Amino acid sequence: MIADDLKDFKKFTPKTLPREEPFVSGHRACQGCGEVLALRQVAKAIGTPMIAVSATGCMEIISSPFPQTAWAVPWIHVAFENAAAVASGVESGLKILVDKGRIPRKEIKVVAFAGDGGTADIGLQALSGAMERGHNFVYVCLDNEAYMNTGIQRSSSTPYGAMTTTSPAGKVTPGQTTWKKNLPAIMAAHNIPYVATASPAYYLDLMNKAKKASLIKGPAYLHIYSSCPTGWRHGADLAITVSRLVVETNIFPLYEIEEGRYTVRKNNQPKPVVDYFKTQRRFAHMTPDMLQTIQERVDRDYQRLLQMEGLTNPAVVKEERKVAE
Amino acid sequence: MAKVEAMMPWKDVPLGGTILEPGNARKFKTGDWRSKIRPVTDKEKCIKCGMCWIFCPDMAYTHREDGYFDWNGDYCKGCGICAKECPKDAITMVAEEE
Amino acid sequence: MAKRVGMEVSISISEAVKLANVDVISAYPITPQTHIVEHLSEFVSDGELHSAFVPVESEHSAMSAALGASAVGARTFTATSSQGLALMHEIMYLAASMRLPVVMSVVNRALSSPINIWNDLSDIMAERDSGWIQVFAINGQEAYDLTLQAFKIAEDPRVLLPVAVNLDGFILSHVIEPIELFEQKEVDPFLPPYQPVLRLDPEKPVSMGAFGSPEVFIEVKKQVEEALIGSQKVVAEVWKDFGQRYGRVYKPVESYQTKGAETILITMGSITETAMMAIDALREKGRQVGLVHIRLWRPFPFKEFLQAIKGAKTVAVLDRALSPGGVGGPVGLEVKSALFGKEERPYVAEFVAGLGGRDLTVETFIEVLDKAEKYSQKQKDFQYELIGVREK
Ligand SMILES: Cc1ncc(C[n+]2csc(CCOP(=O)(O)OP(=O)(O)O)c2C)c(N)n1
Ligand code: SF4
Ligand code: SF4
Ligand code: SF4
Ligand SMILES: [Mg+2]
Repeated sequence: MIADDLKDFKKFTPKTLPREEPFVSGHRACQGCGEVLALRQVAKAIGTPMIAVSATGCMEIISSPFPQTAWAVPWIHVAFENAAAVASGVESGLKILVDKGRIPRKEIKVVAFAGDGGTADIGLQALSGAMERGHNFVYVCLDNEAYMNTGIQRSSSTPYGAMTTTSPAGKVTPGQTTWKKNLPAIMAAHNIPYVATASPAYYLDLMNKAKKASLIKGPAYLHIYSSCPTGWRHGADLAITVSRLVVETNIFPLYEIEEGRYTVRKNNQPKPVVDYFKTQRRFAHMTPDMLQTIQERVDRDYQRLLQMEGLTNPAVVKEERKVAE
Repeated sequence: MAKVEAMMPWKDVPLGGTILEPGNARKFKTGDWRSKIRPVTDKEKCIKCGMCWIFCPDMAYTHREDGYFDWNGDYCKGCGICAKECPKDAITMVAEEE
Repeated sequence: MAKRVGMEVSISISEAVKLANVDVISAYPITPQTHIVEHLSEFVSDGELHSAFVPVESEHSAMSAALGASAVGARTFTATSSQGLALMHEIMYLAASMRLPVVMSVVNRALSSPINIWNDLSDIMAERDSGWIQVFAINGQEAYDLTLQAFKIAEDPRVLLPVAVNLDGFILSHVIEPIELFEQKEVDPFLPPYQPVLRLDPEKPVSMGAFGSPEVFIEVKKQVEEALIGSQKVVAEVWKDFGQRYGRVYKPVESYQTKGAETILITMGSITETAMMAIDALREKGRQVGLVHIRLWRPFPFKEFLQAIKGAKTVAVLDRALSPGGVGGPVGLEVKSALFGKEERPYVAEFVAGLGGRDLTVETFIEVLDKAEKYSQKQKDFQYELIGVREK
């Protein structure tokens, strides 16, 4: 049960944030990369002892150019689509070796990191399998909404309208023509104990969720908004600005799903989505009509999320009402 | 550069191309990537909130005993996030000398 | 003491894996491999084997999970066939290059299409260059013994490479054979627990699977190549040790009736036993024919092979995989390459047969030997011949 796993969990405060950096300076991420920042915050929150598993992608490339590694913890990368499967093996191996008394009995956190391509597309099967089997590890999707490592191609996590090299804004099609796949919902459908979304702008929220995810026994899934100044064409200083705006506009609401119970971070006076879209040149071509369509969709999705919360977690809703009154 | 360091006789390459020294990317000074502009903190304005530290993608800030943060030019890539996010506008991006 | 039991060969492999006290088994069903992992799963479920059984959702994940487990220092086993092996292909190379000593049974089956569950060697031959040690069993006892030996070979600190133990689908995997089974206490001194040289350990963090620029890529591959070539020595040591302990002797290539043989047939896998009958039949008629079968396919034992066929005027190679548009099947190609540039070299006639489970009978081998001798006399210039194709 989650409650048991979390009984000693204390939320981080700005003053109690861990100093330790399992992931260190000298990595080769672009100037102002929001993905590596998200990774850093997760790694800090979970802390050591940890074994990290990476999928192929930006974070793997920028962290491990032989003979240098930005990982201060044991780390393994095998391929693109199999981070969840490799983590399954790591976790199963550790467990049995402890059982057999061949390695010390110590709680080692296993954490898999992958991009949105490695999660929502090519790695979805391995992820689904690992979650369904109930392995005890945290899977972190660092969602920068495209295949960045190969030069900004669309994925199923690219938002509607965004321009990528394979969803260009041409004369006929205006960027990505499909809607972002809802990965957290897919993970929730696996009935795993913990699913959460997070954004590095809300670093305490993110780090508390990461910590919880690591304490909970069984599979946990974190979906983290990870800005990419290079692929999204925004200023190098804007990673946090966009990571905040995406939440303030309800485009990327923050919520957690604990044993099926939704808790949504409320934002009942959202900023208009256009505020977000104007920060990035990948959206530069978008028409007012498109923005209107998106606004409606965002409003609808947010309402649905609140409905899910109402259905699954009436206690929270009641509590909030009381506070409001 | 890692490229030069990667040039070793095959017998010296650790098994399977494994890297044996944890966190040795620290040897790679990404500070060179700055385009002659760097953050400078005005301690008068700083309230020691730590936002610059937790928002830096390159871990260029470290805690000091007195609660302020040291900036490390070896790693700072000059993105400007810290200056942008400092709640007290204590950080400004200033031109660097040659 | 070891006892002889009549048993399905697949099941005997599970018995061997159990005796190896494997730590992690990742498994995905595919005919004709499935009996092996089913049986292992029963062992685990009954508490007869203390292992983590990971019922993955694909072979790609089976191999990936095996690598993850091996990287933390677990003795790791998986098994597959055909399409499953093809799905693992990407990760096969990584297993070798990352030096993770996974052991796998490959129950050989044709690659689609047409989809076909029967035997040939096209599955493993597509993995020829993956860097795995690859051995072939000709009967159930060998399949059992080679499986046990595989762990010892793979995990030797001088080797640290994955091993594929090949056995023919159905015609070997599903037959019941008398097999001498060991007791645990007989195996333990031969196969102590795995002692990894490098593993993912928070006490001593390493980064595995780092990005390799052109400056280092070749050096890593060179290591794999050296380890693979060098593994032949370890294989020989392990076989010697095994022979001394248990009395069964293994060699990289085996000769049968090659003394004075003018024509030598080359085979791999369980068809060898049928081929031997063909040799016997022809010998009885006074024909100077013999047989060499290759047990160690990677690393290829060039010296032993050349020694084994020495003196033959004609070599007939029987391949069970096709390389369309090439010079022949993989074994033929290897044989021809091994002989290239040698001053005295036999005429090589290459035949591809038995694809997708087509029966290989004594008559087939006699046909192959007859043809080989005929072509040799005429010094017929040809690449290879596909046996058994219906023209009408
Ligand atoms: C099987 C396979 N297909 C394609 C690739 C090429 N590839 C490597 S990384 C990558 C994109 C990664 O995208 P994502 O997972 O979103 O991570 P990001 O780089 O954006 O962080 C691709 C397509 C590969 N390495 N392996
Ligand atoms: S391309 Fe984007 S995600 Fe990749 S390192 Fe650069 S900024 Fe980060
Ligand atoms: S963000 Fe600004 S106020 Fe906060 S610690 Fe840094 S410099 Fe000081
Ligand atoms: S400019 Fe960017 S890299 Fe430099 S210290 Fe500020 S946040 Fe870190
Ligand atoms: Mg991406």
